[in-house]
Amino acid sequence: MSAAAFDWTAFIEFSIVGLLSGGLLALIALGFVLIYKGTGVINFAMGEFMMLGAYSFYTSNVVWRLPTPVSLLLAVVSVAACAALIERSVLRPLAGQPVISVLMATIGLSSALHGGIAAVFGGASYEMPQIIPRKAVIIGDLLIPGMIIWNFVLSAIIIALFLLYFRYSKTGIAMRAVANDPITAYVVGIDVRKTQRLIWMFAGVVGAIAGIVVASMNTISPALGYVALSVLAVIILGGLDSIAGAIVAGLLIGVAESLTAGYLGGKVRDIIPYAIVLAILLVRPYGLFGTRQIERL
Amino acid sequence: MRIRDFKTSYENDEAIWQTPVARAWMAALVAGLLAFPFVAGGYLVNLACLLGIHIIATAGLNIMTGYTGLISLGHAAFMGVGCYTAAYLAHRGVPFYLTIPAAGVAAATIGIIVGIPSLRIKGLYLAIATLATQFLLVFVFQEWTSVTGGASGTIVPAARIGDFVFNTDLRMFYPIWICAAILLLGARNLFRTRVGRAFIAIRDKDISAQVLGINLLRYKLSSFAIATFYAGVAGALLAYYYRAMSPEYFTLQLSIFYLAAIIVGGLGSTLGSILGAVFMTLLPELLRGIVASIALWAPRSLEILSPLQQAVFGLIIIVFLIFEPHGMADIWRRIRRFFHLWPFRA
Repeated sequence: MSAAAFDWTAFIEFSIVGLLSGGLLALIALGFVLIYKGTGVINFAMGEFMMLGAYSFYTSNVVWRLPTPVSLLLAVVSVAACAALIERSVLRPLAGQPVISVLMATIGLSSALHGGIAAVFGGASYEMPQIIPRKAVIIGDLLIPGMIIWNFVLSAIIIALFLLYFRYSKTGIAMRAVANDPITAYVVGIDVRKTQRLIWMFAGVVGAIAGIVVASMNTISPALGYVALSVLAVIILGGLDSIAGAIVAGLLIGVAESLTAGYLGGKVRDIIPYAIVLAILLVRPYGLFGTRQIERL
Repeated sequence: MRIRDFKTSYENDEAIWQTPVARAWMAALVAGLLAFPFVAGGYLVNLACLLGIHIIATAGLNIMTGYTGLISLGHAAFMGVGCYTAAYLAHRGVPFYLTIPAAGVAAATIGIIVGIPSLRIKGLYLAIATLATQFLLVFVFQEWTSVTGGASGTIVPAARIGDFVFNTDLRMFYPIWICAAILLLGARNLFRTRVGRAFIAIRDKDISAQVLGINLLRYKLSSFAIATFYAGVAGALLAYYYRAMSPEYFTLQLSIFYLAAIIVGGLGSTLGSILGAVFMTLLPELLRGIVASIALWAPRSLEILSPLQQAVFGLIIIVFLIFEPHGMADIWRRIRRFFHLWPFRA
């Protein structure tokens, strides 16, 4: 491709589409960052929360024919309940164990949930009901799929709601305190266990919504769970414990994915997040905005 | 009851098999293994071959994760490197007794490259880095068609010495178990040397280890190299055993399988690697048996076998982490202790 023939319209279109789809990545990343900040755990089962949300929405909306808002509520509540159960039965007994044990527990959790859901619903992919408008938006020469715009708006609203919640609500402030220093939080009278359970439930809510959105963009199948693994690139780039980092990195990775998909094809797109992860870990392991860990003996 | 067990020399205290009884049991085990293919049926020999391969790979992962504390989610991909190296060389007429170590070296080379960031990152970050490696390597397996045969896979010529072709399960049993025996003995002995002790020190607290004069970069990379060498050898044996390979075999699920094996067996224990591999190899067979018997009434239940396996692997990881964090090796140790002390105290 010569420089003169470079198709700027396509480039801008890819970039905008990427930026918009990055909003969804940022939303999923928020689910990871919440749990990491609050409890110091990387939840490898995030993708399975998404699956759980999408499949329970599908079941209640398509199989049981409940109205869409009820199904949405049902999906979100059931994933949050499931997250609370997991926190109580798996993470609580492992509190105080080495990082590696807790990490392996969430990997086990991911495998168990993934297999469980696939066993119940089978490996086939189902068509999700259209809850997000698909009408494309045309700006000048640019054509932007409507779904991506609405997903971006939705993600932005949810992220903004969470940020406001952490800023102003009492429980939100308690969460920030627990994230900062659990022992001090405990001393000033915050119920650390309850707060940590709430953090897991919130991550479950985020996962459920993200899962429903991702599934309604494509179809719903067990492969949905792997989307979250590619979001690991976002949280590593942004820094594991930074919500701002998750947002910025989500948009950046979105653009990177969209550009590689546009110029190099879908196969390369699927692995580009992992290549980015390795590159960042080599250069700047704590990410763009993450706290640099200082170890003491 | 164990009596008159006095250690009167350093050699005696450091020996792997410390008592005549232990040595006798070991000899019986070796004899049993040698005779096994002639006594057991085809299905059991098949299972034993697979078991040998799993034991090698599990022992490798245990050196890295169990002893050195470096978590790896990419073990299956390193096996893949070994497998494809062996296949590539075998196509060019290199005999199998050279391709197997070469496969180990190739995997170790990639392992060292991946391990270089491990000086700066650990714990969570390393897990994510190895996860990324897993996906990148499988991508390479799928796309580098000229070497790996791409997504459709590759055929591997059978191993042979002169006119003797290792083309049946019965014949592959011996090369697999000889490799397993050598590598297990190597793993067991490694932790009686400076290198192995350094690994354990790094696992317990890497900064303290550095203060004690352990070169972290060198030993962490050694740990990566040894673990991935084991994975490479296991992969090469897998290539000769199945004689047809495709990238779908080396999935993240297989990496988690080995992680489950070391947790179930016992982190930081060679016996644990063996017990864990045995457990994890037999478990899918047991599940298959259960599902097959259910399938008589519900024919569709065979379809859920693979997800069911995945779910059970995950549950087993969690259950062992919570209730038996030292794994089956510790259960075994408690049983032995009971009999050593019997009848004096339970």
